[in-house]
Amino acid sequence: MPSALGEPPHARPQPPKRLGRDMRQKAQRKNKQRKTALVAGSGAALKLSPFFSLLFLLACWHWITARALISPILVPPPSAVFTALADALADGSLAKHSATTLEEMLYGLAIGLGIALALGYAIAKVPLLEYILSPIIVAFQSTPIVAYAPLLVIWFGQGPQSKVVTTAVIVFFPALMNMIVGIRGVSPRLRDMMRSLKASRWQTFRHLELPAALPVLLAGLKTSTTLAIIGAVVGEFVASGSGLGFLVTLARNQYDTPLVFVSVLTMTAIALSLYSLVTLLEWRLLAWQRRSAL
Amino acid sequence: MILSLRDLVVSFRAPAGDLLPVLGPISFDVADSQFVCVLGPSGCGKSTLIRVLAGLQAASAGSARYQAQLIQAPSADIAIMFQDPNLMPWRTVLQNIALPLELRGMPRQQRHRIARALLPQLRLNGFEHAYPAELSGGMAQRVALGRVIVQQPKVWLLDEPFGALDALTRERLSLELLRLRAGGEQTVIMVTHDINEAVLLGDRLIVLSRGPGTIVDDINNTLPRPRHVEMMYQPEFIRLTRRVRAAIDKPSG
Repeated sequence: MPSALGEPPHARPQPPKRLGRDMRQKAQRKNKQRKTALVAGSGAALKLSPFFSLLFLLACWHWITARALISPILVPPPSAVFTALADALADGSLAKHSATTLEEMLYGLAIGLGIALALGYAIAKVPLLEYILSPIIVAFQSTPIVAYAPLLVIWFGQGPQSKVVTTAVIVFFPALMNMIVGIRGVSPRLRDMMRSLKASRWQTFRHLELPAALPVLLAGLKTSTTLAIIGAVVGEFVASGSGLGFLVTLARNQYDTPLVFVSVLTMTAIALSLYSLVTLLEWRLLAWQRRSAL
Repeated sequence: MILSLRDLVVSFRAPAGDLLPVLGPISFDVADSQFVCVLGPSGCGKSTLIRVLAGLQAASAGSARYQAQLIQAPSADIAIMFQDPNLMPWRTVLQNIALPLELRGMPRQQRHRIARALLPQLRLNGFEHAYPAELSGGMAQRVALGRVIVQQPKVWLLDEPFGALDALTRERLSLELLRLRAGGEQTVIMVTHDINEAVLLGDRLIVLSRGPGTIVDDINNTLPRPRHVEMMYQPEFIRLTRRVRAAIDKPSG
């Protein structure tokens, strides 16, 4: 039976010789210079271009609604959404619901990642565990969470606990896979080296396995953060008394489309912020990769 | 005798299930402070021999002893250096050299001071904060050598340490190795397939047969120390390289 879970990536080949490295570097440097020459003077414009595209989108939106091409019940004008946003901020309801969702996400992430990393480490170390657990894990992963979220609400109640569980479940799988792949990808030669230095199991984890797996783990963490909000909101859709998913349901029932827009955009903002936070973490923790890539 | 091998045999289990002998039976003793070079055709089990001595590979039969103790696990007295530098790409030069001391629980300042003191003799001055990917092959191997030296081991096990380098770099590093072992107290077992390198460095040259390797010749190298490159043109040097080559080329069995 071929292994169903994380195939170890090909052992990263150690660059054997550095012949021609200088030449390659020079060529790269030249390329870089050429590129900067092409966009010279437009550097600021390049950085601002995402804002321009957003602005353009906003303008289109405004134009469509101003011309009444679509009923405002379906797509409210930007001004109505801004008013709704201001109202929701003023009465504190947006902050309250955002806090609920964010809290569910963070707890769910902590629990889901914690279990996934521990289990992933165990599976990477004990292949037998993989054979025993992979059918269950794969089955769990293939079933749409939306389908069994109601079950989780029945089991864990209408409060935030059931949302924490849905979040934990949804972030679990990518983190598990990445942990397995990361740990299995550790060079056996570096393992030998650590063994010859009489490193303990903990030292091997702390000084070899964790840093070696970190690039893969952080990539998985990015996926997990974007999934976390799905988990929390799906849970809130099923049954809840607060949270952004609850706010969407509430607004929809009152045909308050601007408020639906506000809630959805807030989710986007939360997801993007968490994602950026992980990117920042990556930037800091993997500084050596940037230096090495030159 | 610091190291002593008796009828050592190592076999691996082939995927089909049958035992595949890779080394031995082999017996020899190594005196304290001896520099032994082990030569042989590829696949003769040279690296396996080193791994047994390092405690990374169990013997299938026979025994390998360090100071009369059976070698069953890695020891702090015995350090190994591989053909690849095997540096941790996320650690700087200094952190890589200091790694063994860190694992022994030495405080950061102390271990970095010791590692930094090694940089001049490793000719790595100014590179302490470089990452391995920024180094040339020869420099990376010198970092690996530094990682051996900080351990202050009694035995150096070198598994084709310069095998992946170009000829000139290899020759220079070989001589640097002798200089770094200045006191000459350490026992060295070095696997190589470069006959000149072996004759230039070793007190003793052990030639293994095609796998499973057994000893074909065990040569006492009486060239005086300190050794230098000029010796490679002396009749005695040439006589020794001839003898080693003849032993390697000898059809086995």
